[in-house]
This record gives sequence, structure tokens and C-alpha cells, in this order.
Amino acid sequence: MTDSAKSVVVEPIFENNPIALQILGICSALAVTSNLQVTLVMCIALTTVVACSNFSIALIRNHIPNSIRIIVQMIIIASLVIVVDQILKAYAYSISKQLSVFVGLIITNCIVMGRAEAFAMKNKPGLSFMDGIGNGLGYSVVLIAVAVVRELFGSGKLFGIEILSTVNEGGWYVPNGLMLLPPSAFFVIGLLIWALRSWKPNQVEAKEYELAPQNTSMQESH
Amino acid sequence: MSSNKDSIKSTIIVALLLCLVCSVIVSGAAVFLKPLQQANKALDKKTNILLAAGMETEGQDIETLFEQFTPKVVDLDTGRYVSDVDPATYDQRKAAKNPKQSEALSGDEDIASIGRRANYATVYLLEKDGQLDRVILPVKGYALWSTLYGFLALEGDGNTVAGLGFYEHAETPGLGGEIDNPRWKALWPGKKLFDANGTLAVDLVKGSVDPNSPKAIHQVDGLSGATLTTNGVENLLWFWLGENGFGPYLNNLRAGGV
Repeated sequence: MTDSAKSVVVEPIFENNPIALQILGICSALAVTSNLQVTLVMCIALTTVVACSNFSIALIRNHIPNSIRIIVQMIIIASLVIVVDQILKAYAYSISKQLSVFVGLIITNCIVMGRAEAFAMKNKPGLSFMDGIGNGLGYSVVLIAVAVVRELFGSGKLFGIEILSTVNEGGWYVPNGLMLLPPSAFFVIGLLIWALRSWKPNQVEAKEYELAPQNTSMQESH
Repeated sequence: MSSNKDSIKSTIIVALLLCLVCSVIVSGAAVFLKPLQQANKALDKKTNILLAAGMETEGQDIETLFEQFTPKVVDLDTGRYVSDVDPATYDQRKAAKNPKQSEALSGDEDIASIGRRANYATVYLLEKDGQLDRVILPVKGYALWSTLYGFLALEGDGNTVAGLGFYEHAETPGLGGEIDNPRWKALWPGKKLFDANGTLAVDLVKGSVDPNSPKAIHQVDGLSGATLTTNGVENLLWFWLGENGFGPYLNNLRAGGV
């Protein structure tokens, strides 16, 4: 039990990362990673929601009728997200303003739903909770890595503290404006996935098809 | 129970129970946290008034700073202060929805697309050495996705902008949401709203303002990638500085008697 609890927490971080291997939750990874502080709050919020939703769904998994199981999962996830959003509005108002709609969008984050359906429906509450924590951490690792790159090269800061002094402030560093725009996260995530798969080649997907050998008779028929 | 969990009866029971439990949790959280959230909102509004006025708020006590300001209620039609309304309790946003305290705007009047306008507005005044130093006007207007709520701070002459800031909106983060960007907000102070003849001249331009142009003093860069939000900001300024907004009040202010 303790061994498998450890493995469900550790595995999603590098071995089976929800973003890098399963390519889930990309939307929020693009949207909230331009600033490390906001990213951190988003990671905590998502980890809390995945862990709690996994726990509650696993708790009632034997009573959930098959025909409405997705709706049941959605209701639980949506309620948790609203609670998290309310708490943020009450205790971290300025950050909740920056996160704006993205806290609400945790509801549609595929990681939460995916873990509920794939893991919590079949496992005990305790283990499901740990699985939620593990997947939350896996999501957080990628998001924080992306946010460090984006904030450092986009605005020369980390946690709002100046690291590279920018030209606007009289320094030498010309900030890369692209890094502050959501598309840059695509490049950073792509590079991260490349790095991860070079490190662990077993994550590379098998080719689904190969190019057919060139057919020269086609040209003659024209 | 688990053997016949797929029967219609237990499906309905599970659905009902779950909805009940979830709604209790959600409404409980909303009710218990509401006072804290409202306090945050009020503080945020005050912070924005201070920021719009160009005051340093970092590490300062907002409440103490805010006490320097005198709130006054203005009748927008006459442009004069009204004494029978308490500025501390008057809620302009509520009044704008109340038919008794507001008037509907016709299509061509309503350039800021706000539908109704409250009869009275709360302004905040800051005096320094007996002179009027700052006038903070509440503004609102519809942009691309949402109504922008903000404050326009003017210097004592009722013409020079001291700052513009929005405290509530739901524009696209990174595009229209850049109205919160400090660098964009820093373009506003020093701009003149009216030209030498007293005609409204403020303008948001596509791209960057040509600093050599004679109109540059009235112009501010638009937000790239957010034309509709930029238009929304321009429209709300034209509405609130015009005849149906604070126009009469600002005329009185410039003439020296409110």
C-alpha cells in the first residue's frame, strides 16, 4: 500500500506526466504561465481540486450509477472549483483578479476529469487522493518550468524581482516580448517534451504510419 | 445497494443527494466568504482611486491615504454638487439600475453602450494648500466582452489627465486586458482632454502617437490586438466627458464655481 501510494505520487511527475506525456491541460499551461506567482497559485488550486475531486469521487464510486457518472464527476469538480475560486477571492484578491477566468476553467481541465474517470472510479479514496496530488505535481512541474522561462526572458524577473535588468529600466537586457504572449508557451512546452523524451526514450510514441516509397509510375501517367 | 445502483430509482436518489450536498457546500462557501470578498472589493476600489490619482500605494495604509479625499455627489444634469445625498452610502452602480434614480439613454446618446445612466455620480476631490489638486471621476463603458469600470483622475484645471485606471473588467487577458498594463497607463498622465477652444479632443490612435504632431497632447496609443477594447475606452471617455456625462460639471469646475 505505502509502496503504491508512493508510486502514484511520483510517477506522474516525470514518468507519466499529464502535460508532457498525455498532453492534457495545455490550455491553462499557455494562459497562466507569464508570471511565476500567478502560476504557483494556479498549480496549488489545480492540485487541490484534482486531489479533492479524486477523493470524493472514489468515496462514492460504488454508488455512482453508470449512466450519469460523467455528470456526477462534473458536479463534484465544478463545486470544488467554485469553492476554490471563492476562497481565492476572499484571501488572495489581487491574484484571483489576475487569474480571472482561468480558475473557473479548471472545471474543463482535462487532467481533473481524466483522473476522475481513469483512476478514482476504480481505486480507494486514499490512493485516489495521492494520485490527484501526484498529477497535480506533474502539472505543476511543467507549469513552473514554463513560467520560469517565460517570466525570466519575457520581463527579466522572477516572482517580480528583477534578475536581468531590462532596457526600459536602464539596464542591458532587451526583453523578449513573445515570451509574454501565450504562443511562446507552445515553444517552451515543445522543447520540454523534447528534452524529457530524449532523457526517457520509452516515452516516444510508436510511429502510426511511415511514408510510402515514392511511386514513379504516377509521373508517367500524367 | 451497489448491486442495483444502475436502477432508475437509485440513479435519481444519487443525483438528488449529490446536488443537495454540492449546493450546500457551494452556497456555504459563498455566504461565509462574502464579507471578506466585499471588504477586498471596497479596498480594491479605493486603491484604484489612489492609483488613478497617481499616488504611491505600495506599503501604505490605503484607508489613511484615502481619508485625504473628499467624496461629493454631483448632479450630472446641472453639474452641481447635491447636499441631500450622503456620498458614503450612495451607490452609483445600484442607482444606474434603478429607474427612479437613473435615466435611459437613447441610441445615439449612448456611445459608451451602458443603457442607463445614474442621475447622480460620486466624485472624489483632493485639495492641497486650499487649491483643488485632483478630481477623480468614475467612468464606465462597454468594450469587447464586458463593461469597464474605472476612474479618471484629472488635475485641478479639469483638463489635464492625472491618471486612468480600471478596477473591474473581463477583457481578454494579454489583449484587451492590457488596459491594466502599467506601461500603458503611464501614457495617460499629462494628456489634455480638451483643446484650446474647450472642445473635447482626446483620442486613442492606432499604433504609436507621433510626438511631433500638434495633436499629440490629446492622443494616446491604442492597444495592439485589442481594437474593440481601445474603442470602448475612447467611447467611454467621450461619453463621460461629454454633455450627458461630466461635461456640465467640468464646465462649472473650469469656470470656477460648482
